[in-house]
Amino acid sequence: MKEKRDSSRLLLNMRRSISYIVLVFLVFLCLFPFFVLLVNATRSHPDIQKGFSFIPGGSFLTNMVHVLNNENLPVLSGIVNSLFIAGMSGILATYFSGLTAYAIHAYEFRLKRAVYLFIMLIMMVPVQVSTLGFVDLMGKMKLMDNFIPLIIPSIASPVVFFFMKQYLDSTLPLDIVEAARIDGSGEFSTFNKIVVPIMKPAIAVQAIFTFVGSWNNYFVPSLIIKSNSKKTLPILIAQLRSADFLKFDMGQVYMLVAIAIFPVVLVYICLSKFIIRGVTAGSVKG
Amino acid sequence: MQKKLLVVLLIGTMLLSSLTGCSSKAPKDTSETNASVTKAAKTEDTAATDTEDTGAEEAGAAQGKVLNIYCWNEEFKSRYTDYFEKAGKLPEGISVNFIITPSDNNAYQNALDQALLNQKSAATDDKVDMFLIEADYALKYVDSEYALDVKGDVGLTDGDLADQYQYTRDIVTDSNGIQKGTTWQATPGLFVYRRSIAKDVLGTDDPDKVQEALNDWSKFDQVAAEAAAKGYKMLSGYDDAYRTFSNNMSAPWVDGNKIVIDDNIMKWVDQTKLYTDKGYNNKTSLWAPEWAADQGPEGKVFGFFYSTWGINFTLLGNSLETPVSEGGKEEVGNGIYGDYAVCRGPESYYWGGTWICAAAGTDNLPLVKDIMLTLTCDPVTMKQITEDTQDYTNNMTAMNELANSDFQSAFLGGQNHIKLFAEAAPKIDMSNISSYDQGLNESFQRAFKDYFDGIVTKEEALENFYKSAIEKYPELTK
Amino acid sequence: MKKERQKIVKQKGVSYAKWGYLFLIPFFTVYIIFSLIPLISTFYNSFFENYMSGLKRIGPNFIGFENYKSILNADLLQYMNNTLIMWLMGFIPQIGVALLLAVWFSDLRLRLRATGVFKTIIYMPNLIMAAAFSMLFFTLFSDSGPVNNILMGMGALGEPFRFLSSVWATRGLIAGMNFLMWFGNTTIVLMAAIMGIDGALLEAAAIDGASPWKVFSKVIIPSIRPILIYVIITSMIGGIQMFDIPQIFTKGAGSPDRQSMTLIMYLNNHLFSKNYGMGGALSVILFIISAILSVLVFASMNKDMVKRKGGK
Repeated sequence: MKEKRDSSRLLLNMRRSISYIVLVFLVFLCLFPFFVLLVNATRSHPDIQKGFSFIPGGSFLTNMVHVLNNENLPVLSGIVNSLFIAGMSGILATYFSGLTAYAIHAYEFRLKRAVYLFIMLIMMVPVQVSTLGFVDLMGKMKLMDNFIPLIIPSIASPVVFFFMKQYLDSTLPLDIVEAARIDGSGEFSTFNKIVVPIMKPAIAVQAIFTFVGSWNNYFVPSLIIKSNSKKTLPILIAQLRSADFLKFDMGQVYMLVAIAIFPVVLVYICLSKFIIRGVTAGSVKG
Repeated sequence: MQKKLLVVLLIGTMLLSSLTGCSSKAPKDTSETNASVTKAAKTEDTAATDTEDTGAEEAGAAQGKVLNIYCWNEEFKSRYTDYFEKAGKLPEGISVNFIITPSDNNAYQNALDQALLNQKSAATDDKVDMFLIEADYALKYVDSEYALDVKGDVGLTDGDLADQYQYTRDIVTDSNGIQKGTTWQATPGLFVYRRSIAKDVLGTDDPDKVQEALNDWSKFDQVAAEAAAKGYKMLSGYDDAYRTFSNNMSAPWVDGNKIVIDDNIMKWVDQTKLYTDKGYNNKTSLWAPEWAADQGPEGKVFGFFYSTWGINFTLLGNSLETPVSEGGKEEVGNGIYGDYAVCRGPESYYWGGTWICAAAGTDNLPLVKDIMLTLTCDPVTMKQITEDTQDYTNNMTAMNELANSDFQSAFLGGQNHIKLFAEAAPKIDMSNISSYDQGLNESFQRAFKDYFDGIVTKEEALENFYKSAIEKYPELTK
Repeated sequence: MKKERQKIVKQKGVSYAKWGYLFLIPFFTVYIIFSLIPLISTFYNSFFENYMSGLKRIGPNFIGFENYKSILNADLLQYMNNTLIMWLMGFIPQIGVALLLAVWFSDLRLRLRATGVFKTIIYMPNLIMAAAFSMLFFTLFSDSGPVNNILMGMGALGEPFRFLSSVWATRGLIAGMNFLMWFGNTTIVLMAAIMGIDGALLEAAAIDGASPWKVFSKVIIPSIRPILIYVIITSMIGGIQMFDIPQIFTKGAGSPDRQSMTLIMYLNNHLFSKNYGMGGALSVILFIISAILSVLVFASMNKDMVKRKGGK
């Protein structure tokens, strides 16, 4: 008996050690790009051009000053714009996709199945497919150089909807909705006051995904935004990368990339604790 | 839990405040533009009739209030600011607006095309007034109705343009022989070689004697073999010599709608394959870190094809052991500073350059003319630009003056390279350009990289080139 | 009080369908304006010759199925194949590692420490924009990059291995980047699902002395099925839409020999000339492929749901 317990403990310890080794290796892989990025942000352009180095260079401040003092590179407004667009996209995408998922989940209506199938179908359509038409249309609607085409479309995010739907399927029994009705709660307020809190972990997860996706998006904004004051960070990075030979400076590019990543990491770390806590709370209740 | 809630709240308020910041600003903006639009619209009718028969001077009063310049980086902006705006030449009441779109993923041309196509319906102060182009796709805009004739429409005279290098004018001359753009810089290219390696291989580092040894491609190949025997590489990458071949094609890339592969281009293919197989090159690509490293103290490469701007900035930067930003000085002793020299090389070519066009429909013609005149035709300003920035400017008189002075470049071991540039620039012949050059040159080099790498055969590489070319330009055929 | 009850009784009979429709309005309004109209115009354009030659528009001229013909005659299968291979090369390790980690993190007996830190870090590569990521990999695996230096220093290589000139190395690196960017995301999603499993179920299995593998295959996998399907579908979408990373990594050429050119990169090539015709036709083909895939997944999911309901 004791032997058996010992051997099972040994087995457990072994499994634990393997887990740690694998985890440490993966953590190394994950942090390595950040490390290289930070190292390169401290190096001067000729230094970077000469090849790779694990040792930081001495140009951190120079690069920082160059990036922040470049009058054609509105970094601060770029951060604010990116934050605004990505933040609004995250909020709108999660709220309205949640609402849509709830509509399909909680109500019985004739077109329900058709609607669900339709969304599943359009979920597969690559964004790039309709880009040409999209940009044309925005021009006709006089929405060029405007944040609307970058924010509002996230209200209809099929992928977020799909996640919400799957989440509701596994966490929201219809009895709760029924109970709310008996308590005299209106349908819309049931969604806001009861369903949204239950979906918090899902909302947090999808909010991050949407936020990051929008934060890093270059393709569509580069076709929509024109004026300097409205540019987002990826556009500014691309602008640095297509600088003329006099100004071309990989040190600055890496510095701006590092600056661009910092706020996302911050938002992520804030939200990630929220998610993990939310998920754990949910499981305890369950 | 409450702490976390606080964080979320904070982010929320941050977003909200930026939202309200935006929304409170937005109405103001639109009302402003609306006002200026109506104002401009009123003056437009008179301006349009005026400019045609009365001269540019009188029309000046009726100019639009905003000059919009489309470009992809800040190079022109700094020239404009330093030599036009700071010189006090900007009329009062007009503001200049640079619309910078990066060239990544063709974004610049997409934005410019869209703006030009909407030019007619755009509000007066939103119209494109000037736009910048590069040589490789210049004809796309020059051969269209969207660029104005710099003489007939803008009002520059033959006298104004006489001092510009011919090739810079050819590049922006449309199929009817009308010049539709102008530039402040000329970018003739030379062959930059390492003095120490030349001494070892050829027994001399004298530019004239080296030039003699490299005077044509067969001599060049011979030196490559000798250099290889001593453990050097003649060139760094596959595409180093490409421009010298593509600038000297016997006919344009496209005849009617048919893609024509010039013999000179195939000569590049054969030469590069030979160099690769025999180890005369280092298999790098332009701008790759390996390529830059080959130009530094550890490099074993005989030389590089570089034009005006590349030598004093890129090459110089790459040659230093300790970069300037880390306390290094630009002087002999730091890396291989002083070990480079220039000669003409086997063929004349150019590399780079930016041209300015006036957009059809501009409401600021007099100002556009003034800018073109000052920055691209005025010898005093242009000489000043060269002296301040070492940019080689597009003015023969001013450049010849420098060429015949006792100007010395310490970086090139005391050589007066301006003299060589001044000799090379008039020899460049760019009459064979086409509006497809950008896409076709790019596709060709990429397709043949696989051939040099030994992954595909020559025929397969050609096939891949055609595929990519026709994807880019559906009207073309094999 | 009586009145209220009456109201409730009444309401029970009332249909709530209108609320369902009402809640769908924002999604569909936005979808129709910002996606459907451009999409339909894209499809419509596929039957026309319509592109820009310089600044001149050629067309639109109706040409029937010509665009489809030329696309099917081109190497469409090759690009599909490339996309599929690179997706699988990234997805298989991604789902495998993610499942493993999700199980480890939620295994109460294993009691790993500092899981919060691990969980936080593994998602972080996703925060780096694809452009920056490819730029970094490009540097790391270049001919004189650190990977080659290390391999040569160890004596594993005599001369640098030219990763970007090898078809399989290029595909592998693209897949590797996709893996690194997305496995954390998948882990978090799966972990959320596993945490949602009824604790009593796992406890019962533990008391029965089930081996970790048994618990995994008999309890965990069936319970997280909906989320697994979500992961597979979204990853498949990501696979079909694979673009940024290979585009920047190979500088748009899908090099070497167009063997790492994905479907969307091919589509992007047609955007250069604003080729609404060819781009539209390619979009329709992509749409059909996607539709077939989604119907397949949807069907298997439904079958699954029926089975589960039957089982109950």
